[in-house]
Amino acid sequence: MSNRDFAPKIVAFCCYYCAYSAADLAGSLRLQYPPTVRLIEQPCSGKIDIRLLLQAFEAGADGVYVAGCLEGDCHFLQGNIRAKKRVNAAKKILDKIGVGGERLEMFNLSGSMGPRFAAIATEMTERILRLGPSPLSTADKGEEGKAE
Amino acid sequence: MIVAAAKPWEEIMASLHGMHKVLVVGCGGCVAVCLAGGEKEAGIMASTLRMQRKLQGEPVETEEITLTRQCDPEYVRELGKKLEGVDGILSLACGVGVQVIAEHYPNIWVAPALNTKFAGATLEHGSWEERCGLCGDCVLGQTGGICPIIRCAKSLLNGPCGGSQDGKCEVKPNECAWNLIYERMGRLGRLNQLLEVAEAKDWSQGRDGGPRRVVREDVKLDD
Amino acid sequence: MTEPSSKLQSLLDSGQFVVTCEIGPPKNASGTGITQHAAQLKAYAAAMNLTDNQTAIVRLSSIAAGVHVLAGGGEPIIQMTCRDRNRIALQSDLLGAYSLGLRNLLCLSGDHQAFGNHPAAKNVFDLDSIQLIKTVKDMRDSKVFHCGEKIKQDEPQFYIGAVANPFADPFEYRVHRLEKKIRAGAQFIQTQCIFDMQRFETFMDLARKRGLPERTHILAGVMPIKSAKVAKYMQKNVSGMLVPQAVIERLEQAEDQAQEGVKICIEQIRHLKTIPGIHGVHIMAVAWEEIVPSIVTGAGLMPRL
Repeated sequence: MSNRDFAPKIVAFCCYYCAYSAADLAGSLRLQYPPTVRLIEQPCSGKIDIRLLLQAFEAGADGVYVAGCLEGDCHFLQGNIRAKKRVNAAKKILDKIGVGGERLEMFNLSGSMGPRFAAIATEMTERILRLGPSPLSTADKGEEGKAE
Repeated sequence: MIVAAAKPWEEIMASLHGMHKVLVVGCGGCVAVCLAGGEKEAGIMASTLRMQRKLQGEPVETEEITLTRQCDPEYVRELGKKLEGVDGILSLACGVGVQVIAEHYPNIWVAPALNTKFAGATLEHGSWEERCGLCGDCVLGQTGGICPIIRCAKSLLNGPCGGSQDGKCEVKPNECAWNLIYERMGRLGRLNQLLEVAEAKDWSQGRDGGPRRVVREDVKLDD
Repeated sequence: MTEPSSKLQSLLDSGQFVVTCEIGPPKNASGTGITQHAAQLKAYAAAMNLTDNQTAIVRLSSIAAGVHVLAGGGEPIIQMTCRDRNRIALQSDLLGAYSLGLRNLLCLSGDHQAFGNHPAAKNVFDLDSIQLIKTVKDMRDSKVFHCGEKIKQDEPQFYIGAVANPFADPFEYRVHRLEKKIRAGAQFIQTQCIFDMQRFETFMDLARKRGLPERTHILAGVMPIKSAKVAKYMQKNVSGMLVPQAVIERLEQAEDQAQEGVKICIEQIRHLKTIPGIHGVHIMAVAWEEIVPSIVTGAGLMPRL
């Protein structure tokens, strides 16, 4: 598959207090951002755990990001700081097994940053387009090929 | 608690080489508390295993289960119904749990996912330190509640040695256990106790005679 | 017993100011160098320490080295650490060492293996230095092994030494620990190298208050420093060794640093002689053994018996 006709699947775990509201705002402002991003609402970015991040990749995501509040502004004080640590740990696992840690990222923004939300979605989409499909999905294809 | 930490990933992968179905078994005891082998860690390990195997073109199926404790037969027996078609077990317990599984399932391969480190305490979330040497004959009563067997790099019973400086052991970055003992005994007005020559330890109570055993007739069940 | 007893003991008991020195056994299987050093130093030192795998680096064994010293006409002091042997091996080596004519023993805990060339080794420390002292004393005076079993004949009669480090912490406890060693059976004490004279004098004050110099023979440890670089290294990296800045500066400003190091050492010995309760000096010039004669001569300690 060439990168041109590749439509990446990107999962965004969004904190209710910032990124999720920012997405709403981006919508109200009629800002354009790629349709590649699937949003999953979280009560806090600190709700994220490594298992969930890996599960997203296993389930077919080409890229995943966690969007939490600006550092120091977490509604639950430390949630976004903890999320960052977990994202970093999951990146190491992805590097280790050959999926690539670059496919996972942590972003921070506030609920009023609609344009920033759109920019992050674009940035991440461009990154995944550059990286191509997840090796896990190509491995799938390979298997199917073999089975046929 | 018993503190453990994950083995290097390559070692875990090698131990499961050629297997098509693996039962990943977490433990809800000590290793769950020290965040090394509980349900969450078992999930992460199983997912990592599946993904890497898939990328290698040798996909593996996993089943996950986390037992209340792997050191008790009554919980380990629960695995029986999960073993259909399983080529091997990856245990996230301490060395005790791995062995209890091996004893109960003599015909199935079991590999450890963790290195069992020590009996220790939480210093802060995410940081643990050894506190007990499991020597079988506790000396804390003579040393003010600070264990020289495990906390002194030389296990001295008449310390501190000449390598103690500014409260630190010469083996970095440890605190000098004997400095701690000295300060505590001083605070409690018991320095005189340290002037007695402590006798050599009876290591026959220690690990040297094969596995040690504790038997309590008063609590045995008569069935 | 009719066999020769410790010459070191008779010298110290006679009240003489005694000089001992140190020979580091080689990292090979030749005793020639040791024998030569012993022959060269015997006129200058009453006895010579043979280190026991010092800093946990594998070397020719201290007991074998002691035999090479005897061959050179010197009086050996065998160092024995608790790091590498359990109580069975320690006692066996005590019997063996005594059977080879070795009479002086220095009991130490031993440097931790983390500092040596085999950091992956398992340490033993079945006994600690104080328990070892007591074991050697019990074998000699009570004629029993550590387990209590009687030694029916030919028990080893070692002259027992120990070390003291006045420069480690906690400082006040150092004198208590020295007393513990004396109580366990230490008849002579060699101290860690002294550079901080003030702290050492305070230590000796405390020791005299407890009457310790009357109960043992204290030999003050000195070390000639070859260069300011070495001094700085020890100041920074060796726990339990205090090297004052003044010593480093003096070495730095010297034209010939090695010669200045020797000069400082000689001055220290002259001063140590004046401290009540000091019965001798122990010169640690490991890997610089040939300098010992000039130090002993320079300090006015010649001729010796």
